[in-house]
Parts: sequence; C-alpha cells; structure tokens
Amino acid sequence: MSERLLEVRDLKVSFATEEGVVQAVDGVSFELEAGEVLAVVGESGSGKSVTAMTLMGLTRGPNARFEGTARYKGTELVAASDEELQRVRGAEIAMIFQDPMTSLNPVHRIGDQIIEQIQAHEEISDSAARERTVELLDRVGIPRARERVDNYPFEFSGGMRQRVMIALALSCDPAVLIADEPTTALDVTIQAQILQRMRNLRDETGAAVILVTHDLGVVADIADRIAVMYAGRIVEQGKLDEIFYDPQHPYTWGLLGSIARVDRPRPARLPTIAGMPPSLAHRPEGCHFRPRCPHEFAECVKTPPLESRVPASPGHKDRCWLSVEDKRGEREIVPGEIGLEDKKGVGAAV
Amino acid sequence: MSEGRGGGGVSEGRGGGGVSDGPRNGRLLDVEHLKLFFPIKEGILLDREVARVHAVNDVTFSLDEGETLGLVGESGCGKTTLSRALMRLIDATDGAIRFRDDDITRASRKQLEPLRRQMQMVFQDPFASLNPRKRVVQIIGSPLRLHGTPRGEVEPKVRELLKRVGLAPEHVNRFPHEFSGGQRQRIGVARALALEPRLIVLDEPVSALDVSVQAQIINLLDDLQQEFGLTYMFVAHDLSVVRHVSDRIAVMYLGKLMEISPAEELYTKPIHPYTAALLGAVPIPDPRENRARERLVVSGEPPNPIDPPSGCVFHPRCPRSTEICKRVEPPLTRYPNGHLAACHHPLNVTQDELRAAERSDQSPLSAGDELPEAA
Repeated sequence: MSERLLEVRDLKVSFATEEGVVQAVDGVSFELEAGEVLAVVGESGSGKSVTAMTLMGLTRGPNARFEGTARYKGTELVAASDEELQRVRGAEIAMIFQDPMTSLNPVHRIGDQIIEQIQAHEEISDSAARERTVELLDRVGIPRARERVDNYPFEFSGGMRQRVMIALALSCDPAVLIADEPTTALDVTIQAQILQRMRNLRDETGAAVILVTHDLGVVADIADRIAVMYAGRIVEQGKLDEIFYDPQHPYTWGLLGSIARVDRPRPARLPTIAGMPPSLAHRPEGCHFRPRCPHEFAECVKTPPLESRVPASPGHKDRCWLSVEDKRGEREIVPGEIGLEDKKGVGAAV
Repeated sequence: MSEGRGGGGVSEGRGGGGVSDGPRNGRLLDVEHLKLFFPIKEGILLDREVARVHAVNDVTFSLDEGETLGLVGESGCGKTTLSRALMRLIDATDGAIRFRDDDITRASRKQLEPLRRQMQMVFQDPFASLNPRKRVVQIIGSPLRLHGTPRGEVEPKVRELLKRVGLAPEHVNRFPHEFSGGQRQRIGVARALALEPRLIVLDEPVSALDVSVQAQIINLLDDLQQEFGLTYMFVAHDLSVVRHVSDRIAVMYLGKLMEISPAEELYTKPIHPYTAALLGAVPIPDPRENRARERLVVSGEPPNPIDPPSGCVFHPRCPRSTEICKRVEPPLTRYPNGHLAACHHPLNVTQDELRAAERSDQSPLSAGDELPEAA
C-alpha cells in the first residue's frame, strides 16, 4: 500500500453573503495516496474548486467559516496558522491554476518568479536556483529553456504559460499537486501535450495529483480515482472504472450520458439533465439532486450518507437511497460500454 | 440535422435538383476567396504598414438554406474573424460575400439594413453579450423596435420568444444577472430569433456552459432550426460539440480551410492529418477505449499568422510532411461525397478515389496544381 499523504475529514466551508450563508462545501471527506491522481468532478458551483483552494488556505477571509480537518502528513491544514501554512504551501502542496493568462505576474520575468519560490523554501544560491529553474523549464517541455528563462509572461503562448505554471508548481518537488482545470483554457492539441506531460511527471516524481475538472474526457485520460461533487457534497466516489462502468448515483449517470463523444455514431438527440444545479444559499433538503432526479421517492427528503452500497467494491461509495438492484433496473448497462440509457429520463433523450 | 430535414419550411425550387451530393436547397450564402488581413502599423506621424496578420487567407465555401455548417479550428485560426466578416462586422480585405444573390462585400450601412434582419449572431460569452443594465424585454425587444415593430406589439412578441426558448414569459422584466449562464444563452438565442432571420451565426454558443446545460442549448438550437428552417453556421474550437449540430464541417488552420466534409464522414474518415490530430487530441470519456487507442499527438504550436509558413501552413507540425509540402500550397482536392481536403499526403482515401480526385475550384488562388498522387 502506498503512503497516505492527505486525509480530509468532514470538511465544511461556508461564506456569509448578502443573500445568506452559502454552504460551498458541506462535509467532504477523502484520502489521497502517493502517486495517485484523484479527479474531483462537478459543474460550476459544485464546490470542487473551493475544496481544492481551502487545502491551500486560499479561501480564508472574514466572511468564511471552516469546519472539519485536512491532515497533510500530520499537519492540520484547515486550522493551521499562516506561518505553518506558508511552509507547506508551494513546498509540499503546490497548485496549478486554471487560467495561465492571469496567474503569472506580468511584470516579472518567468525565471525570477520560479527562483523566488525556490528561495522562499530553501537556502540556495542564486546561480543554483537559476540552474534548477532552467532544468524545470526544460522538463516541462519549453524549448530553448536557457534563453527563455529571462522572458516575460507575455512572450509566451497560452500552452507555454501553462507549462511555466507547472514548472513553478514543481519547483520545490511537492508531494501533492493540486491542478484546478489545468487544461480548460487550452486548445485540444495543446491539452493533449500538457496531459501527457503531467502523466510523465507523475511517473517520474511520484507526486499525487488532485485534478479539479468538469471534463470527463480528461478524467478518463489521467485519473485513478474520481469524486463526483454536486451542490457542495461528494455524491459518488470510487475507482475510475467503477465510476465509468458502474455508476451508482443518478447525477453521475446524467453526467456520463450527456457528454458528446467523437468516437461514436451521434444520437438523434443529445441526452440532458433537466433543470439546473440549486443555489448554494437555498439547497433543497435531503438529497440535493432530488428536484432534478426522475427516481425521487419518499426517502429522498432525508440526506443519504456517503457509503459503500456495491458489495463487490467496498471503496465505491455513493449518496443515493435507491438500492443497487433498483438502480440496475432503472438504467440499462451494456457490458463494457458507457453512455447510459436511463429509462426514466436522466441522461435519456428529452 | 441529417438528411431529409432542413427542407421543412424552406421554399423549394431553387437550385435543388441535379446536385449529386444529397438533397440540397437553394444557396443562401457564397463566400469566394475571402481574405481578411489586419495591418500592423508603426510610426508616429505617418502610419506605415510594417506587417499583416493573415487572419483569413483565401477561403471559399457556401451555405445552403436549412443546413448547418460547423466551422472548427483552434484559437487564432481565423474562425471568429471569418464569422464576423460574414456579418459585415469587419470589412474584408479581398474576395466576395454573396447573400442570396446580392454581393454584400462592399454594401453600405443603408444597403445592409434590410439584410441585417436576415442574418443574426449568437455570441460565446452569455455574461458579456447581454447589457447588464437592460431588462430582458429591452434586450430582446431592441432589434424589434429598430426594425419598426409598433410599440405595443414588442412586449407580447418578447413573451412569445421567451416561451419559445424555454424561459418563463413572466420574466420579461428581469435583468440578466438574475439568470444562470444557460438561461442567458437562451436570451441570446431569443434575441437572434426576434427578427425571424434566415441565417444565424453561432460563435461558440455553448463553450462557456456546463456540460449538462450545453446539451440543453444544443437540443434547443436543433428544435428551432427544424421549426423555422434556419440556416446555421456553428463555430467551435473542438470537434465534439459541432458534430451534433452539423450537416457539414469545415476545419480551419491558420486562416486556411484544411478540409470540408459531410459531418459524419469527418469522424470516421478524416482526410487531412490536421483533422486527424484534432480528433485524436480529444480525450474519449471512456477509460478502456482511451487506454486502448493510439493517439496522434502533434508537437509544437500554431505558427505566427503574421508570417505563415510556405507551402502547406500545417507542414511544420505535420507528421506526414515532405519536401513538396514546404514548397507547394496544396489545392483543395475533391473526393467522393463532396469531401474536400487540402493535403499532399491524404489519409483514409483509396487508390481509386485518388485517381478520381479533382482540383476543386474552392482552392485558394495561390495553391498549386499538384494533386496527391495514387501509388
């Protein structure tokens, strides 16, 4: 068994706003082991980015409230002081942000930005830090790294800037890399290059990755495990194949069913999930997916716990009151295929 | 939007018969050798043009009534510039745009006014494309008022449009911020529909939306097309979404057309290596197949459109490129089913198809005459 790096227990994050208390994250628990890629999947407002940013202490503010714990190798992150967090952040846990255009400082040379981070965590001479920066840039696939280290961000394209972001995140050899939609802003051919690069780096350095994304194609490409979030909660989690080939939560069915695929004949209608996600300030009682779910029944007004319901795979957990047999009856599974037909309508053509 | 549809509600009789590739209605739009260059100027008193961005570089295609053309390409390929040029939001440098039979390339504002009713646009960002200080009734109603709908009839019409795009008619007095992204995009669609246009240019209409909402908007667009016999040009940056809406798909790279194909055929039989690369780069949301599949990952990035490569613009990144690709710009070559591709080393074509291939008159003027050779 690999080493457990991160253990998040019952994490809750809420923000006081003019419209009331927004419960962005509501009781999220997960673990992360060395060398694995955990994908956190969900739509906008599902709480996936807030979860990731809270681990880095980036959601702290006068209107934010936190409960629960997040332990990184024995250090508690949620309640940590700024100084404690400073030691972990960048050196042990690093983050890659979504938008490569705005997450680098435009008035500093890229090399200086990376050197600054290295020197903030290590006693190292200027020339040694610079040498390491050139190596890092080379490793993430920036051609002529030695010349380009003195360039400014505007002199790079989007894909190249995202590589600089990755080099920056890797500069102190972190054990955990949090990537928040790392390829969303990029063109597909560049996205493929970056994903390949991230896979190689994971294999070389053994870093664990938390990948926050809404793109199930990217997930299928790189993840080992998946946590599906909806309205602040994890509604299903499990191994990659468990989620794709035996999804238990109707929201996951809908998500898998509504993706357009380039490798299949096209359906006459694209399947959709009716309605839209609830406001986080006014979430429905019980199961939050209830108003959009065609399988709703009396039990759903109570909140279903996240627990293992498939006897054969204990690590596969979901939050749905339907029994496994009922679910299998409600959706049609073609062995080895995804893109589910839900007989009552989630993911079915509307 | 496959065969047999699009015909609904569209006047028959024009053009239709005799064309070999499938049922076709009348021609709606013709674009001939369109060029659009942006000058880069230098100097304080005298603006000297020192270089040009070749945004759209000799593009020829047409749109038939009731069809949907998907226009695909990565950022900087010129797809948005091209769609704006069709709307006459920017002026072409060279070439011609004909709407029905009128040449609108140089038409004046006044001459364009009646045409504006017939050509509308839906924009990418539903947050930036609606005026935050106007109510829905003003946003959707403004094209109606501008084109002379009497005051009293505007609001009932807006209510009807809201209903048609799946929003509640009683929300006419709300502001854009009271709606979600998907709902705002519906407002954008309602505004485009208000004047009962013939052509709607959709510039990445679902890129900013969540997956489950994307599907809702796509299905709505599909319904509206059937109901009103609309013609769409659907611009997108990757190949997964356009497939569900398109009859034909055009792939652009660095200001040039690389391939035009019947929609389904493009996915099973891409001819241009760039199209194959685009298809290969889309990760398949199916772990087992994803592991099994061999992927063509092209290296490098699109070159600078100020100084495009010689010959085929894709040659510096192309795994199949040879000597001739650097020297000679490949003509658009016609294969069966109205499938065109500009490549010296085409994929997925048989020897017979190669022998029967012809140079298309849609080829850029600067393209060579050399057709790909059969073995």
